[in-house]
Amino acid sequence: MLTLSLILLPIIAGLITLAIKGETAKTVALVFAFAELALGAYLYKSFVPDATSQFGLSYDWIHSAGIKFSVGVDGISLILVFLTTLMVPFIILSTFGNNYKNASNLYALILFMQAALVGVFTAKDVFLFYFFFEAALIPIYFIAAIWGGENRIKVTFKFFVYTIFGSLFMLLALVYLYLLTPGTHSADINAIYEAAKALDLSTQSYLFGAFFIAFAIKMPLFPFHTWQPDTYVEAPTAGTMLLSGIMLKMGVYGLIRFILPIVPLGVDQWGFVAIILSVIGIIYGSVIAIQQKDMKRLIAYSSFAHVGLMSAGIFSRNLEGIQGSLIQMLAHGINVVGLFFIVEIIERRAKSRELSLLGGITQTTPNLTVYFIILMLGSVALPLTNGFVGEFLLLKGVYEYNAWIGAVAGLTIILGAVYMLRMVQKSMFGITSKITEGFTDLTFNEKAVLFPLSFLVIALGIAPNIFLKLTEPAVSQLLSIIK
Amino acid sequence: MSLITLIPLFPLIGFLINGIGFRHVPKSLAGIISSAAAFASFACALTLFLGFNGQPQIVHLFDWITVGTLNISMSFQLDQLSLLMLLIITGVGTLIHIYSIGYMSHDEGFGKFFAFLNLFLFFMLLLVMGSNYVVMFIGWEGVGLCSYLLIGFWNKNSNYGNAARKAFIMNRIGDLGFLLGIFLIINHFGSVEYSEVFSKIAEGGYSSGDKTLFYITILLFIGAMGKSAQIPLYTWLPDAMAGPTPVSALIHAATMVTAGIYMIIRSNIMYSLAPETLDIVAWVGLATALLAASIGLFQNDIKKVLAYSTVSQLGYMFMGLGVMAYSSSFFHVMTHAFFKALLFLGAGSVIHAMSDEQDIRSMGGLRKKLPITFITFLIATIAISGIPPFAGFFSKDEILAHVFEHNKLMWAFGVLGSIMTSFYMFRLLFLTFFGEFRGTEKQKHHLHESPIAMTAPLMILAVLSAIGGFFNFPHIFGGHASLAAFMEPLFEQSAIEHVAVDESLEITLMIVSVVAALLSAGVAYFIYVVKKTVPVAEGEETGLQKVIYNKYYIDELYDTLFVKPITALSNFFREVIEFLVIDLIVEGVGKLVKTLSSEVRLLQNGTTGYYIFAMVLSIAAILVWSLKSFLLG
Amino acid sequence: MQQIPDVIREIPLNYYVWFSAALFCIGIIGVLTRRNAIIIFMSVELMLNSVNLLLVAFSSYKADPAGQIFVFFIMAVAAAEVAVGLAIIVMIYRNIQTIDVGLLNKLKW
Repeated sequence: MLTLSLILLPIIAGLITLAIKGETAKTVALVFAFAELALGAYLYKSFVPDATSQFGLSYDWIHSAGIKFSVGVDGISLILVFLTTLMVPFIILSTFGNNYKNASNLYALILFMQAALVGVFTAKDVFLFYFFFEAALIPIYFIAAIWGGENRIKVTFKFFVYTIFGSLFMLLALVYLYLLTPGTHSADINAIYEAAKALDLSTQSYLFGAFFIAFAIKMPLFPFHTWQPDTYVEAPTAGTMLLSGIMLKMGVYGLIRFILPIVPLGVDQWGFVAIILSVIGIIYGSVIAIQQKDMKRLIAYSSFAHVGLMSAGIFSRNLEGIQGSLIQMLAHGINVVGLFFIVEIIERRAKSRELSLLGGITQTTPNLTVYFIILMLGSVALPLTNGFVGEFLLLKGVYEYNAWIGAVAGLTIILGAVYMLRMVQKSMFGITSKITEGFTDLTFNEKAVLFPLSFLVIALGIAPNIFLKLTEPAVSQLLSIIK
Repeated sequence: MSLITLIPLFPLIGFLINGIGFRHVPKSLAGIISSAAAFASFACALTLFLGFNGQPQIVHLFDWITVGTLNISMSFQLDQLSLLMLLIITGVGTLIHIYSIGYMSHDEGFGKFFAFLNLFLFFMLLLVMGSNYVVMFIGWEGVGLCSYLLIGFWNKNSNYGNAARKAFIMNRIGDLGFLLGIFLIINHFGSVEYSEVFSKIAEGGYSSGDKTLFYITILLFIGAMGKSAQIPLYTWLPDAMAGPTPVSALIHAATMVTAGIYMIIRSNIMYSLAPETLDIVAWVGLATALLAASIGLFQNDIKKVLAYSTVSQLGYMFMGLGVMAYSSSFFHVMTHAFFKALLFLGAGSVIHAMSDEQDIRSMGGLRKKLPITFITFLIATIAISGIPPFAGFFSKDEILAHVFEHNKLMWAFGVLGSIMTSFYMFRLLFLTFFGEFRGTEKQKHHLHESPIAMTAPLMILAVLSAIGGFFNFPHIFGGHASLAAFMEPLFEQSAIEHVAVDESLEITLMIVSVVAALLSAGVAYFIYVVKKTVPVAEGEETGLQKVIYNKYYIDELYDTLFVKPITALSNFFREVIEFLVIDLIVEGVGKLVKTLSSEVRLLQNGTTGYYIFAMVLSIAAILVWSLKSFLLG
Repeated sequence: MQQIPDVIREIPLNYYVWFSAALFCIGIIGVLTRRNAIIIFMSVELMLNSVNLLLVAFSSYKADPAGQIFVFFIMAVAAAEVAVGLAIIVMIYRNIQTIDVGLLNKLKW
């Protein structure tokens, strides 16, 4: 029941928000988002750290076809559900400084999106998964296409078609697997696992390709990423936060939930290619980020690089790699939402995100500087911040897979420092420019977002075991399925 | 809560008070809180040192990262090595905190400065107290962060910001090596705890020259190169002088940069079994010592000279490590902490008096105006030049004696380095304190001895620089080498080959190097005091001098080799690969669909009859197709 | 009094087939060549009825009532279709004052 209410609450909240016009809509949305967070926290608290799927619930959906509305939470889902419920209130709160047209629609869409995301992370039926996977795309499409920047139509169209294109391959693969299930067929994920066991290498290779394209586009991985920087730049910041903070985790989640257990032989055969692509992405994204002038685009490329590392860790298929990717998803969500918010704050005041026009902001904004530096440190994976735990485990995982690839992937800690420090220096330090003069420090609302996020950056860096312990049984079980 | 936990806790509390309360904590209090925090740590460390019974103690705080069988715990280890490091860090740290109260008194970022200093102490203490490599790594990166924050402390100046970034990034290059070393250790030993790793090595029957140990040690050494500014990762340290002078003294001379030496001494069991690595360490150390010393010969910025001197002295320490003279290197770490901190603080006092002027060409004759600074600086100069009986003499000669056993050529180079050291240090001393004043009238008018908060630390450090050598007074002079004896248990499991040095030979070696240093000091005296030579103005250097003054153009070389290509690559990726390769394909698919559709849609001409005709035709075709076997008979 | 199927069977099956085919072709030609919507409509009806005729004929010869039942269905559907179709034609006429399908090319391209 808890899982169902986690999905339903945002939908109901969204409908209510839609009905309310004017300023109160945002408050209502925020209250509901916090209620959802409370549910998420309750879920986290009542979760028993073992490998089972908990809070399960199953209704017939299309009875004759064996398709069920079936949801449940295991350790892997838990961390992502928690991330979703945690981030949305802050994303909503982060928009409080802006005056959007038809704001109630925006908040409703954010809440619908949340429902779909929770659905993706909890679905235990592959068709339900697919349903939510696509449903999540609709709100974000409208968010980006209505409230986005100048090029929004072209860019969101590309994004939409690109991801739909990828998902279709996944649909094909899912239908194929579904038809392999015995009897009147079943779309239950465990039945699919069972059915996939008998597949030979060549079939698995095709299925691997189909799933990989879908998830690689969603994350995105090199070279399927060209929609991403543009979309991140053009979408309104709340949309960018949703995309980078939560939505790209759908792809990563898909790798863990589908590719690894369904096509183990395919991964044996093609995992190396996937890792190479991921590592190319890390270096490629980082190197591009070094020269970016637009702060949002810079963070977009950095996010692209970080996702590459997560994927490399997953395909190295060891406990460290997968655990690292899970903890890194949480960490990356927090950091990237925080960083995008800081860009938003700067843009609100200076009306620009161009690094060449900014500078010297720190002189009037001690608070902003502190939060910016903490989030930046999380992003460059300094020990005792959340980013370090993830990157340490991921790099360890990749290193175990292949020392040389691990070493190359490790360049991320150098390049990450290069572009992040450059961004901080160009925007915050130096002499004030024309547009950064009289820059005001954070308002209460802004602090209300940045303080909890920064707190989490450090808290998660000091006590990562809280989450690692929850996910470990599920991950161990997953690995035992593979082997 | 044990005293051990309290040691890093005090600076952390100090950091939190000053950091969170920045702009709220009154200026008078901020410095005192920080200094008190540092002193409290020192007091704890001293208490522990006095009550130390020779047995390593491990304090387990909590499990930090647990994945499968790998458990990385947050725990501290107290043994001979960490105790000595603690004493140096907190002791010198406290003095520098006190000094900073005076030095930074006019700065608006006063509270922030002390917050950062305390944070640095916290991370430095973690670095030396951690009981495993990952906790060391926390401290390792943490001090890098503080170094970054403090170098770029005056953040309005973007050159300082660049120096700070350079420091952080070069350190990160080393950190990657360290991190990979840690991974290799985990893969091989299944743990990162010193005690477990070392006991596995001791029991595992590893032979000298083991491949795994070679890789581990070389990767760890890459980390050390970054942090301790060795070739090829040394160029950040001279630039790091952009930070406030107390920072240079604390971080870039006395404590942080010696982390690499600490790490190798900590891992001495592995290094002793990896002779190839040791050779590399020794030669890199020697090369760094000579290169940096030679650059130091012609620098005119008082802090740059000291910076190159630091790099050079660190080179000596690594050379000592390379010949397995671990305790001698550590001895040099200690004495160096005293006299180099003193030199920097003295330089700070001079800069303070000169209204932020750092060019020694504009100084001269300061000994009358700044008597305390002069005398303490003189003591430090004698100490670093290796002239007995001051601290540097003992530690440096101990290293050189061990080097002589190992390789005579290396020893000769080492003596050459100490000749250069003596020359540039006395050159600095003479140009600053002797002769006539060469600055502006305004500066002359402003000249004054520094306040007591600054001179007191100078005096204490001067005493330590003078007598520091007696902490490890060698046997040949009837001493007990008490430091070496104290550190002995650290090397018990290590396969060190001891070659007894002939006493008369050792004395000969000492005499050679002392005479060389004295001669070189004499030459400096002749050039800069008797002949009153002043280095030429900017841009007028010629020949070799110009090359050396410009640091052999190493920075420019790195710029051409790494920075520019990466920038170009970045633009190439963004503008060519991104747009002309990947996006061309992606957009190409879209364009293809568009083109096809514009052709195909012409079929929809809107005439109903046409549609029906097409329909009938198609039906007929399908009919024919399905009846083909019948029709064809 | 003869049974209807018997009456039907008095004419050879071939004649029905040829007659239906002829009717169907007339219908097709009507649809293809005429531009008046109502005539097209009638032609379509003609095609439908030719099929109906064939169904009835075969049903009688095979002594299987299913074919004739189908005819009733087709007639019912055709009636409904005519109602809708004529309504559309009326609407078209009201809008453009003509029922020439050649002019209805708004959906072009």
